[in-house]
Amino acid sequence: MPEAAALELDGVEVRYGSVSAVRDLTLRVGKGEIVGLIGPNGAGKSTTLNAIMGLQPAHRGEIKLNGQALRRRSVESIARAGIALVPEGRRIFGDFTVEENLRLGLAARRRTYIGDPFGPAFELFPILSEFRGRQAGALSGGQQQQLAIGRALVSRPDLLLLDEPSLGLAPLAVDGIFKAFTEIREVGTTILLVEQRAQRTVALANRTHVLVGGELRMTLGPADADDTEKIIAAYLAS
Amino acid sequence: MSVLASIDLQTLGDAFGLGAIYALMAVGIGLVFGVLRLVNFAYGQLIMAGAYTLAYTSGWPVAASIVSCFAVVVALSLAMDRVVFRPLRSSSPAVMLVTTFAIAFLLQAVALIIDLRDGQLGEVASSIAPLNQAVSVGGVDVRKVTFVAVGVALGALIALALVLTRTTIGLHTRAAASDFRTARLLGVRANRVIAFAVVVSGLLAGAVAVLLTVQNPFVQPDFALEDTIIVLVGVVVGGIDRLWTATLGGFAIGFVSVLVNAALPTDQTVFLPSVVYALVIVVLLLRPAGLFAWGRRAAMERV
Ligand SMILES: Nc1ncnc2c1ncn2[C@@H]1O[C@H](COP(=O)(O)OP(=O)(O)O)[C@@H](O)[C@H]1O
Ligand SMILES: [Mg+2]
Repeated sequence: MPEAAALELDGVEVRYGSVSAVRDLTLRVGKGEIVGLIGPNGAGKSTTLNAIMGLQPAHRGEIKLNGQALRRRSVESIARAGIALVPEGRRIFGDFTVEENLRLGLAARRRTYIGDPFGPAFELFPILSEFRGRQAGALSGGQQQQLAIGRALVSRPDLLLLDEPSLGLAPLAVDGIFKAFTEIREVGTTILLVEQRAQRTVALANRTHVLVGGELRMTLGPADADDTEKIIAAYLAS
Repeated sequence: MSVLASIDLQTLGDAFGLGAIYALMAVGIGLVFGVLRLVNFAYGQLIMAGAYTLAYTSGWPVAASIVSCFAVVVALSLAMDRVVFRPLRSSSPAVMLVTTFAIAFLLQAVALIIDLRDGQLGEVASSIAPLNQAVSVGGVDVRKVTFVAVGVALGALIALALVLTRTTIGLHTRAAASDFRTARLLGVRANRVIAFAVVVSGLLAGAVAVLLTVQNPFVQPDFALEDTIIVLVGVVVGGIDRLWTATLGGFAIGFVSVLVNAALPTDQTVFLPSVVYALVIVVLLLRPAGLFAWGRRAAMERV
């Protein structure tokens, strides 16, 4: 193995009642990597992230962070173990100020650091510093997504999970957050990125897995980014 | 006789006093609702337990008696969370509501058994009764406890507002009340914010126990039961979804019921509940999300 694994999923099954939304999922994210997870609506991408986070506990299989099993741990203890999820739909506290949203992100911090606690957010997205006193609900969609990512980063996680962060954003804002992912990787944070923008994700990530109907169908590398037919075929492989 | 003419300074003082006490109860109920989505019908029995504690410690110095009242109420409040609410946390709101009814009746039954050991129903909390004496304000007698109630309520509400807006546990509690799942996702400890809300709610119930016992030192198992029902109505009318609207609702219903009571001829005060409930129905028809819920979507939409 070239790198130590930050995240390992081994034979994971996730069920809603008697229906399994994800089956026999095995994947590995090395330290400092960006791994993509793409696939059509309802493929089980959010379910996978929620299982890692403990929001929807896995029915079967093993999930490990830095080699430690996360089984049966509460959501907040998984957050405090070093995984941060930027959830589907951002989930900003719209009535709270930008700064209050960021302060909430500090809840999962494992220790205190020297300097501005919001540094990781402000360095990446200076606009958050400028708007720190504003109501979060008054920000634009792109700014709210920046806040959601910044809020996740101030806890200084080892692993960042992103659930369709570009959904509903204007093209310029999409460029902005994809650029941010590269910068986040540069400071050593590992990323598991769930996206619908298949081509951009494949181009950015070290590997991109295609999930269809709850099962892994294919793994693509950056070299496949321009192979539109291969990506489309992966989506249709059901 | 005009309605306004019957409202003198004494009545107005009483209205503020009861409004203040009901506001405290509304905050206690609203805080727990915020984090647990649970309407605690047994809130009145916490107050009742505090009142009995005051009665049974009547021989003690007043301060010790009041401290033990707070201790009993907070301990009971925490026990209720640990033994009942925590195991039921993922149950439906209906199950939780019915359960709090059951706890309310259970606690009343326990109080009855303890109370009847001396062969007589009811106990008297005599040591703090002097607070009920009147003081003269511009020639009008106003009971001391009125000032104490308004002062305690204002002090408690300001202190709570500061804690909720200025401290980390306050921020975490507000976040949990607004979106519990996301708050936990960010590392906010569910058990901690719930314990915080339950303890503060218990402290408020302790304060209410003292204030109500001063006015009515004769403690029985149904102590504060009717007050709790009225406050619950006020809280729902004000808008339970938000702490400050719930608080205003509690204050308003206490204030209004004293005024209505004074305006009704003495032989017709039995109609008081009918009048209050009629007002409530009208309000809920006109403003289903709550009287004070301006510019907000209905509470249901968020769940
Ligand atoms: N809370 C839920 N209860 C029941 N079924 C669900 C729930 N959430 C998702 N599902 C189902 O699980 C499958 C995977 O959903 P999801 O993980 O949200 O897919 P994706 O994020 O890839 O669009 C879908 O069939 C969806 O209908
Ligand atoms: Mg999804």
